[in-house]
Amino acid sequence: MPNLSFTAPTTVDEAIRALAGAQGLAKPLAGGTDLLVQMRSGRTRPEVIVDIKRIPDLIGVREAGDSFVIGAATPGVMLSEHEAFSRAWPGIVEGVDLIGSQQIQGRASLVGNLCNASPAADSVPAMIAAHAVAVIAGPGGKREAAVEAIVTGPGQTSLKKGEFIIEFRVPKPKPRQSDAYLRFIPRTEMDIAVVGCGVNVTLDGSGLCTDARVVLGAVAPTQVIVTEAAEALKGHRLDDDTLSRLDAAAQRACKPINDKRGTIEYRTKVAGVLARRATKIAFERAAGRVAGVH
Amino acid sequence: MAKQHVSTIINGEPVEFLCEPQQTLLDVLRDELNLTGSKEGCASGDCGACTVILDGNMVCSCLMLGAEAEGRKITTIEGIAEGDKLHPVQQKFLEHAALQCGFCTPGFIVAAKALLDENKNPTEEEARYWLAGNLCRCTGYDKIIRAVLDAAAVMRGENPPSPAA
Repeated sequence: MPNLSFTAPTTVDEAIRALAGAQGLAKPLAGGTDLLVQMRSGRTRPEVIVDIKRIPDLIGVREAGDSFVIGAATPGVMLSEHEAFSRAWPGIVEGVDLIGSQQIQGRASLVGNLCNASPAADSVPAMIAAHAVAVIAGPGGKREAAVEAIVTGPGQTSLKKGEFIIEFRVPKPKPRQSDAYLRFIPRTEMDIAVVGCGVNVTLDGSGLCTDARVVLGAVAPTQVIVTEAAEALKGHRLDDDTLSRLDAAAQRACKPINDKRGTIEYRTKVAGVLARRATKIAFERAAGRVAGVH
Repeated sequence: MAKQHVSTIINGEPVEFLCEPQQTLLDVLRDELNLTGSKEGCASGDCGACTVILDGNMVCSCLMLGAEAEGRKITTIEGIAEGDKLHPVQQKFLEHAALQCGFCTPGFIVAAKALLDENKNPTEEEARYWLAGNLCRCTGYDKIIRAVLDAAAVMRGENPPSPAA
């Protein structure tokens, strides 16, 4: 990388100019835990690195009206330590906590986990399930996009030249609404999801599901919103019949790869199992029977 | 591209250095500042041999650019002992023989110190999860975990018996 340049602007506008003005590839840098690995392997050869961590408000979690706002460069540890957010969306925090080691947690951001655009990204299914929105800054001004509209394929995003995500907005949960995220890996720590599943449910006072979102990771080129699985939950309690239909819907949504870490058949079956288990946890949390994460 | 001029604090001392934009903090520590305690194992954030503490959080110095260190506070393995007095984690690593080849040891000690700064009384499970980002190919981890839990006891003012020689 003989011609690499580094800049650490202190305003969003300066960052946009640096990203948009580069002749070659320009990369925003938050935690760097994917970018630096890809630079070293030669998979990414940026000409300009724009460190966004000096821009005010890009690190930290705050509450703004009916939403939580998560700055783009907020490291995983900071989100897990945020008590109100952890109570509100324990499933998102579960997903974030699974990303890498404690060292990686000290740097890695949710925005980076999304924009790295891995089908197996652990924080993404629960973020989509929670209807999180990305706020994007770029040469044309600011725009908002649902988190599920960002990743278009492995390593590919819908962000245009000069654009970068400055924050996520996650709506605060309603009463009797909660979430959960589970992933399967063949060991206990430090691995990438073979299947991940984020579930967000809302119950009424009698325990019937009134709204749901079920999102799978690592079983298709992008995260998959399983509408049919959500429909199987709505209007129902978690009886065996509902769980069976949920399981079947999750399995039908899978278009996984076949590799040494999981065959197509295995990933598909596990997707159904994780959908059942994550939904049970989300229901229990929504009903107030289980306190927040940790 | 011109070199970056960086002012930072390392192990309590103000430090200034020049680095290339692509140089990692680990490159700078080892090659520019002669702080060779931090090791490069994998250079991809998997092994933890390069672990340092950055403004209170432990990070892999191989996954951070030197230029990002501007204005930050960094603790490396060289800053863990107080003068000639070993940190309890270092002392217990010696007593338990919690190392063989020693390559992973600086990373483990920095990570263990970071753990005990945050959690004075970790369970074995908590210690094992916290240290999951540090790889050791010699010891099988057990002596390392014993050393860390014993160091925690010492730091709490307890007096665990030294392991039998």
